[in-house]
Amino acid sequence: MVRYLRLVLVQLRISAAAGMAYRADFIIEGVMAVAWMALTLLPLLVLYDQRSAVAGWDRSSALVVIAYFLGVRAVLEGVVSPSLVDLVERIRSGAFDYVLLKPVDAQALISASRFEPWKIFDLLGALALVIYAFHARGGPPSATGLAVGALLFVNGVLAMYAVWILCAAAAFWVVRLDNLTYLLGAIFDVARWPIHVFRGLWRMVFTFVIPVAVMTTFPAMALLDDLDARTAIATLAGTAALLVVSRLVWRTAIRSYTSASS
Amino acid sequence: MSRAARTLRALPTLLRIGVAETIAYRAEFLVWILTTTIPLVMLGLWSSVASEEAFRGYGQDDFVAYYLATLIVRNLAGTWVAWQISEEIRLGSMAMRLLRPIHPFVAFAASHVAAIPFRSLVVFPVAVVLLLSSGANALTREPLQLALIVPSLAIAWLINFSILFALGTVSFWITKMMGILNLYFGLFMLLSGYLLPLPLLPSYIRGVAEWLPFRFMQSVPVELMTRAMSQREALLLVGGQLAWAAGTLALALFVWDRGVKRFESVGG
Repeated sequence: MVRYLRLVLVQLRISAAAGMAYRADFIIEGVMAVAWMALTLLPLLVLYDQRSAVAGWDRSSALVVIAYFLGVRAVLEGVVSPSLVDLVERIRSGAFDYVLLKPVDAQALISASRFEPWKIFDLLGALALVIYAFHARGGPPSATGLAVGALLFVNGVLAMYAVWILCAAAAFWVVRLDNLTYLLGAIFDVARWPIHVFRGLWRMVFTFVIPVAVMTTFPAMALLDDLDARTAIATLAGTAALLVVSRLVWRTAIRSYTSASS
Repeated sequence: MSRAARTLRALPTLLRIGVAETIAYRAEFLVWILTTTIPLVMLGLWSSVASEEAFRGYGQDDFVAYYLATLIVRNLAGTWVAWQISEEIRLGSMAMRLLRPIHPFVAFAASHVAAIPFRSLVVFPVAVVLLLSSGANALTREPLQLALIVPSLAIAWLINFSILFALGTVSFWITKMMGILNLYFGLFMLLSGYLLPLPLLPSYIRGVAEWLPFRFMQSVPVELMTRAMSQREALLLVGGQLAWAAGTLALALFVWDRGVKRFESVGG
């Protein structure tokens, strides 16, 4: 366990050093984080310009959902996507051999192979948005709300990670999948809306098939003291199940890896 | 043989290669198509919002028609050539293209045109659903608008392709293009009517969006399908498309000419 932790820290340090090497990116990424936040918020502002509440969600509580969305997306683009691009490239070129040869679990090694340190801006933006939303509501979240909200944020990131591993596993069967990250991004884009805004089939799909509700809506409800204990436990259990399934699929997929190098 | 005649003679072969590529990399192709599902999500959102009461004049039928038309247009007119070019420049395989006696703009365009029949396979069921759904009531029945849809789609494709070609070519100068492309796509989603019908945008953004190329790459064909407008306006919109197509095409070729001079091939 300690070994894996040290491994992640080393990889983080390498990525941070690489990030610092491109110092001009600091400004570009900062500007982009702000631009992306504005782009993300605009549809919501359009919607709430006309309505005071949609499906039981008023403006400030919908902002909390968006803040969670920005937060999980920051982790997605900061850790998950770069590593996925790395993995697909290694499978295609055959360099994945070296990953398999190393005396650590391949999934652990590949999961944190690259970081985009500047995505920390997006995370800070998300935090600022939460603070603003609660300011607009007129009071800070309760202590339990804060604790469960934080726990479910981590849970949401883990659910995202499990979905990512499932997608990554596909790269072992179909080789040229460099655009998987865009697919993940497109699916995940749904998470910016509270799940209750959708109806019928849509809500079923986004709760159970592609669990975006688990990533943003439920954590936001927890932070707003609006989530019942049963849903909270189901959220945690669902993510745990997803992690197990993704692990099993990964192990099956890795067996069908045929090295592309000579 | 002149350059134009040579290109023309190579065209059927280029198209055949494009078809073969699409079939060979069908998984990647499928993933690109799946990334265009955002209109369906937005449709789910707005139709449940509009089911209580119309939203700024948009009823449920209007949203169904708008977003299904958006999905059709995006699948037919959208391309991902910028990602391809940027990748080829980064990995050095662009060098091989430069050796061939055909302008890469034509070569890339042919390979993307060849994929359109496959995309139609996706578009066709969507079109059937649109015609059978309640959204059919919101579709136009004006003969002129109907006649302009196909040319408008073709021009929209050309603007899309030219801009993305120019953006991909910027990789000759900047190696880390992904962030810029993502930001471009974000702007596109907002200002082209892909995410929201343009009339729903705040007036200060809408004023800008009506003149930027984004509208002419995506929203105009959708508007021709779904919006009531005068004949003069329909012709003006397609005229605007033509103007932007000429402008962006010239830009793409100009950026390419400047960029290719800086090219240092990476790898062998």
